[in-house]
Amino acid sequence: MLTIHHLRKSFGPLVAVDDVSFAVERGTLVGLLGPNGAGKTTTVSMIAGLVTPEKGDVLVEGARLSGDTDPKKRRIGLVPQDLALYDELSARANLRFFGALYSLSGAALDQAIKKALDLVGLSDRVNDRVSTYSGGMKRRLNLAAGLLHDPDVLLLDEPTVGVDPQSRNAIFDNLETLKGRGKALIYTTHYMEEVERLADRIVVMDHGKVIAEDTLAGLQTRVVGVGGGTATLESVFLMLTGRSLRD
Amino acid sequence: MAVIPLLAMVRKDLQLFFSDRRSVIVSFVVPIAIASFFGSIFAGPSNNNEPAKISIAVVDQDSSAISKAILSGAQGDRNLKVATLAEDEARTLVRNGKTSVAVVIPKGFGEAAGSAFFGDGEKPVLGFLYDPSRNVELAMVRGVLTQHVMESVSREMFGGAQGEQQIEKTLPQIQSSTSIPADEKRRLVEMLRSVQKYYRELPADGTARESRRGGITMPYTVKEEAMTAGEQVAYNGYAHSFAGMAIQFLLFAMANIGVEMLLERQRGLWGRLRSAPISKATLLVGKAVSGALISLMILLVSFGFAMVVFKVRIHGSLIGFAGISIACAVMASTFGLVVAALGNSPATARGVTTLAVLMMVMLGGAWVPTFIFPAWLQQFTLVVPVRWAVDGLDAMTWRGIGLSGALVPMVVLFGFAAAFWTIAASRFRWTEG
Repeated sequence: MLTIHHLRKSFGPLVAVDDVSFAVERGTLVGLLGPNGAGKTTTVSMIAGLVTPEKGDVLVEGARLSGDTDPKKRRIGLVPQDLALYDELSARANLRFFGALYSLSGAALDQAIKKALDLVGLSDRVNDRVSTYSGGMKRRLNLAAGLLHDPDVLLLDEPTVGVDPQSRNAIFDNLETLKGRGKALIYTTHYMEEVERLADRIVVMDHGKVIAEDTLAGLQTRVVGVGGGTATLESVFLMLTGRSLRD
Repeated sequence: MAVIPLLAMVRKDLQLFFSDRRSVIVSFVVPIAIASFFGSIFAGPSNNNEPAKISIAVVDQDSSAISKAILSGAQGDRNLKVATLAEDEARTLVRNGKTSVAVVIPKGFGEAAGSAFFGDGEKPVLGFLYDPSRNVELAMVRGVLTQHVMESVSREMFGGAQGEQQIEKTLPQIQSSTSIPADEKRRLVEMLRSVQKYYRELPADGTARESRRGGITMPYTVKEEAMTAGEQVAYNGYAHSFAGMAIQFLLFAMANIGVEMLLERQRGLWGRLRSAPISKATLLVGKAVSGALISLMILLVSFGFAMVVFKVRIHGSLIGFAGISIACAVMASTFGLVVAALGNSPATARGVTTLAVLMMVMLGGAWVPTFIFPAWLQQFTLVVPVRWAVDGLDAMTWRGIGLSGALVPMVVLFGFAAAFWTIAASRFRWTEG
């Protein structure tokens, strides 16, 4: 569904992403892991069309994504790390606006809003101002806003930061549902247990490069666990990226 | 350009603007309140108000016929409100700012003035004690007093008892003078003898004598005609004050929208917007259109209030008024984009733009008319868009100039808008950091 092909991006002398390639199939979730500054967000930004790569391509079912107005961007949905919502507006007003950005209008837009809110369980608060929502509700609405135009690929940039276990669990359930509907998901996070639970494949990045790509089981074979048992993903991650502190 | 996303941008920005009660009050209510206040001060004669009189104090230490005549003339002047005081009291009042000017007529002023009027006697000093913060009033009082002094002295010299005595005293002095050239002395003596003869032929009766008194008077009268939209159209100061204040507050509103754009970028909203298949130009145009609509609403609501409550009328071209309003709104909204493009952070942008807006409205004549500025500053203000907006709206309201008077301000305002747009489009940072 989505193929990342030799992406490269630098900011001045700093090479943020260097020759990154991986692919995401329909109905699967790829966990994108890496320490701070590894290049995860830059990679996601290039896939979403926010940053133009110096080299390489983003391919959606083999078709190259190019330019701000490329209609193929409709096939990609972004759930940013920030709560990119207008607190002063109701959930409905927020979703009407974000849906209209994809040229949705009228009954089609109303239907998309209903479907997205039903999925994240916020239908009963649709007319309330977002400022009255809890942190977990805002995270779920943030997810709903990325789903309105029914994208084939969903980019989730740390979508559970700062939410309680109940809301996090609800979001996980939503993502499982989306996988079941055949969506291709890319999920960046620092929480190893989330990737262990959700990811079909894991891409580990450091210093702008992909340093490992495999299934959870495949990665675990690279490290011997405590007492000879199965290694945790965290111990694999630390083995791959080192223990030195990052900025 | 994608229409549905563009309209959605505009609708969302209007919803955000009207959901913020503070913004709405600041944008719509405050300019009306301030413009009403300024308008009441500069309302002009349309309210049939007497012109504001300048309070002065007169200290008459002379008590001569001339000093009394000067005092009487000043008391009858429509521009002055005169109090007669002792010098100490007058000094205290001026120092405390209660009176702008005190005029001190020193002892011997009348006699010395008469002497100086005909001959080469030493000129007496008329003292002016003034409040240095009110220089303009000093200049006006000096001018008004000059008229009354000349009239009083000349009238006394050409018919008063003091004048007669002065002639009797001055004539022999001139005849015996060695400092006056012979030819000039001859002409002066002839003139004074003629005046002396005139005095001797006056009736002895005081009342009859008084009626024959002449002297120098103003050789003209004044017909004042306010150049407004027409002979029957009085100047309405509210037209100017509402133009100025509406422009000031729509600029504040647009600067605030620019700051909000920076906040949206900080909150990651621009990332979400840009992930949609729409161009950067569409996003900026959406902001510009919503800003222009809000600006236009502020302008029209302000003028609507002024029309209903203060009888402000568009005596010029309605199309011209609409054109200038639209040009002004577009200029202001693109100014908001510049704030977003050049601002590093919301906090610094807010501080800098507040200063920038205040400077623009001050230099543009939104608070006080630009004619009181020095000549170089009046020229400089031509580079301030507010000046063109205020002048254009004045032209379409109380000046009553037709569509031709709107064209140049419109072109200039759209020119500013184009320049602001270019800066914004080229400098706006789409991502934080």
